[in-house]
Amino acid sequence: MVDAALESPVSVGPRRRSALRRALQRKSTIAFLMTLPLLLLVALLVLYPALYSIHLATLNKSMERFVGFGNFLFLFKRETFWMVVQQSCIFAITAVIFKALIGFIVAHFVHNIPSRGQRKWRGMLLVPWVIPPAMSCLAWLWLFDPSYSALNWLLALFGVGPVPWTGEAAWARFSVILVNVWIGAPFFMIMYLAALKSVPEQLYEAAAIDGANWWQRMWYVTLPMMRNIMAITALFSLIVTFANFDIVRILTAGGPIDRTHVFATWAFWIGIQGNDIPLGASVSLFMVPILTVAAVFILRDINRRAGEMS
Amino acid sequence: MTAASLTTDATPPRGCKYGSMSRDRRWALRWSYVFLTLFAIFFLMPPVYMLITSLKTSAEISAATNPWWVYHPTLGNYAELLTSRMYLTFFLNSALVSVIVVTITMLISIPAAFALSRMRFWGSATLATGVFLTYLIPETLLFIPLFKMFALVNEHLGIQLINRWWVLLLLYPTLTVPFCTWIMIGYFASIPKELDEAALMDGANYRQILTRVFIPVALPGLIAATIFAFTVSWAQFLYPLAFTTSADQLVLPVGIITTLTKGDVFNWGQIMTGALLGAAPPLIIYAFLMDYYIAGLTAGATKG
Repeated sequence: MVDAALESPVSVGPRRRSALRRALQRKSTIAFLMTLPLLLLVALLVLYPALYSIHLATLNKSMERFVGFGNFLFLFKRETFWMVVQQSCIFAITAVIFKALIGFIVAHFVHNIPSRGQRKWRGMLLVPWVIPPAMSCLAWLWLFDPSYSALNWLLALFGVGPVPWTGEAAWARFSVILVNVWIGAPFFMIMYLAALKSVPEQLYEAAAIDGANWWQRMWYVTLPMMRNIMAITALFSLIVTFANFDIVRILTAGGPIDRTHVFATWAFWIGIQGNDIPLGASVSLFMVPILTVAAVFILRDINRRAGEMS
Repeated sequence: MTAASLTTDATPPRGCKYGSMSRDRRWALRWSYVFLTLFAIFFLMPPVYMLITSLKTSAEISAATNPWWVYHPTLGNYAELLTSRMYLTFFLNSALVSVIVVTITMLISIPAAFALSRMRFWGSATLATGVFLTYLIPETLLFIPLFKMFALVNEHLGIQLINRWWVLLLLYPTLTVPFCTWIMIGYFASIPKELDEAALMDGANYRQILTRVFIPVALPGLIAATIFAFTVSWAQFLYPLAFTTSADQLVLPVGIITTLTKGDVFNWGQIMTGALLGAAPPLIIYAFLMDYYIAGLTAGATKG
């Protein structure tokens, strides 16, 4: 209402300059100008490329001719593509399940010990998350080295091995997931620990008075109270794990014989190294469906939280 | 009050049970420590092994001795890397990119967060959610179209963007700005409205409210966002791998991987030293500002 009242003198001719100044001083104009850099950044370097990749995916290799769904049909006929789909799903789902599980268990152990020592343990256990993934993957690569593997040396003490960590398809898949779990589990631990701390102590007291045992307290108090944060953490992790690039790229580069490629690494292999940008773009677009599903759920959660706040 | 009276009522018959409960508790504690130690060994093994390897000579690395022990510790690898012009270039590039990206991120996201959280305008609520959703678009989806876009820019405008380190200054903010804005919106929204109303009454304008009231009050959030932006830009691997190739343009993660792992024989002592030094800045920040780091993590369910 006030804005409209301010706007009316704009049409008066001679006072044009001051009207412009007044328009610039209006609250909504200032606010818009303050968000403008953000909008430009997102529009030019996130939204435009995202839409542009759809356009690219419909071109032929030399990017001169429109081929419609040609690239997708070509992919559907290739066995490697279906393998990559399968591997991406196995990689993401298994990794997230184990990250959540280990994070949950470790969070409980940290929560169990006296609060004096918790800080120290929490600090130690989050280290894998803090080290840049590219660096820690190099350490794992060295631990997995075919001839000097320090892990195999340890296993040999128990008479096991040697294990071909990155040499055989099944083991390579295991190794890649192991490293992902190693990097991501501490993050789950931190999130779950925060959730555990937010459960009011009275609920446990009430449950104890009602004679609930450990399982019942877990099932009827802890889990329902943590459900939201567990779901949202897992969802986020699923997105990021599904789109993961660093780990597979550094540890196996997709090998042996494409057996560990995920969407991101395969798209890089085809699009940048193989110089077939349209086909690479088509491969990476297959990440969109799962991202959309996750985004819908996250959006629902945000809206619900906003509803609770107001 | 009721709980207290209930427990006192129940105390007499449960006298012996109480002792067993505390013994259970002690055992639970003991097992917690055992398992925490096991997990800590698993979580800390790779960085510790990095350190062990970095202290060895090439001869000792290829010897068939216990790989988990250093028999002849040496700082040779560190001396060699820290005097290598190439490695120092990587480090400098990384530091430069990270610091500038953090600055750009803050300059973009603080005003945006202020506007979105306080100065409601048409569509601001939708915009705030939209910002968060762009954070969910992974860089692995964007690098191919961006690669093509940069090639087109070169073709039409004659500006070479590929294989220039400063192109990362354009790209990294796409990873840091949405989340930092999101954190800052959260922190700004938690500041009571009375505070900026009081400032308005005293005749402050919006710029003054932002710099004199909001930034000081939301400083913890600001630090958390800064740490987040720094660690993300320090660790980013895909963009520099796709967009920079020649040795003098590389940042640390890509530099170590593409130059030190070349050839048939990997010099693992140097690779581990380089990786450890590369992991040092985030680790040091984490060691000193752990609480802010964790606050940033838990603030909005980060990438994990």
